[in-house]
Amino acid sequence: MHEMGIAQQLVKIALDAIPKDLKNPRVEIIHLKIGKLASVVEHSLTFCFEIITKDTLLENARLEIDSVPVRVHCRSCDQSWEVTGPVFKCPFCEDGDVEMISGREIEIISLELEETPCVDQPQIDKQ
Amino acid sequence: MEIKIQKRVLEVNETEAEKNRKFFREKNVFVLNMMSSPGSGKTETLFKTLMRLMPKVRVGVIVGDICTTNDADRLVKTGARVIQINTDQFGGDCHLSAPLVMDSARKIGCEDIDLLIVENIGNLVCPAEFDIGEDSRAVVLSVTEGEDKPLKYPLMFRVADVAILNKIDLLPYLDVDRDLAVDNMKKVHPRLPVFEMSAKTEAGYEPWLEWLKIKVFEKTGKGL
Ligand SMILES: Nc1nc2c(ncn2[C@@H]2O[C@H](COP(=O)(O)OP(=O)(O)O)[C@@H](O)[C@H]2O)c(=O)[nH]1
Ligand SMILES: [Mg+2]
Ligand SMILES: [Zn+2]
Repeated sequence: MHEMGIAQQLVKIALDAIPKDLKNPRVEIIHLKIGKLASVVEHSLTFCFEIITKDTLLENARLEIDSVPVRVHCRSCDQSWEVTGPVFKCPFCEDGDVEMISGREIEIISLELEETPCVDQPQIDKQ
Repeated sequence: MEIKIQKRVLEVNETEAEKNRKFFREKNVFVLNMMSSPGSGKTETLFKTLMRLMPKVRVGVIVGDICTTNDADRLVKTGARVIQINTDQFGGDCHLSAPLVMDSARKIGCEDIDLLIVENIGNLVCPAEFDIGEDSRAVVLSVTEGEDKPLKYPLMFRVADVAILNKIDLLPYLDVDRDLAVDNMKKVHPRLPVFEMSAKTEAGYEPWLEWLKIKVFEKTGKGL
């Protein structure tokens, strides 16, 4: 539902990160890390991303999403484990105080560009 | 060629939320972010809460209803200072963003307020993701929504600091297991305080008001 907003932030960060001295930079891949509990629907993020990157340096860039498992830690008994469903109860102790360690990330990790960095090199027309 | 970035995509909102938090600390105001599905009873719960808290606890309200001013009109009658918010392009229409909340908080003033309550947009997904600089998050679930809502929207119940199970006056007419609803909330968030109440009959209001007053007092030293 808020994937458009997230896509807009993402595009802004990605565009800012492209070195200004590149000739014709073309972004091929944007690597993302998204936690399993983050409220991001991947296909709607991809959809929004495609719409707003038309005619920009990010057009045709692909989102590669690395999904991060939900890991939690019990402050009461100091155990850690991975949560795969919605249940966060500590299986090791009664009524444990359970905190999340990972699983909420929405992060941009890196960009992969087609071109090698070439500062002020003349463009050579390949016929 | 690879360019490393390593940034949180919602960093802008997070930075703004931290600014809000600083602002609210300076103004010595406790901020509660109220979230739920549409129609769970946020406005009604707020109305009854304000009726009982005002004027001893001075309350300001930011209402994030997207299309009408009905909620705000209703809440003004309690004597609280109320402002209606319209969502912007950053927030879209599914949640309130930190900059929007700051905008409204400045309009309200916050000078002679002890408690600022933000009624977020009716939605169990998006508001859970967006920090607005609040001190506590409350989620309202009504018994008419079914017991399994917490399991379907775990993030919301994870980020909540307190939950209200509302409309318990309707239980005799429904085939709903109230204990299961509470149980499911605790499965997602084992130590979540849950208040079972009715905004209509005001059953179960005392423990909730107590919880809220103590929270306000703990931060601001005011209102008890
Ligand atoms: N029976 C009953 N109805 C309620 C209760 N709380 C709210 N309502 C009704 O539920 C509807 C939605 O409530 P409202 O406060 O506007 O929900 P919001 O969208 O979360 O702000 C309204 O018709 C309220 O009168 C309650 O505790 N019991
Ligand atoms: Mg409302
Ligand atoms: Zn434990």
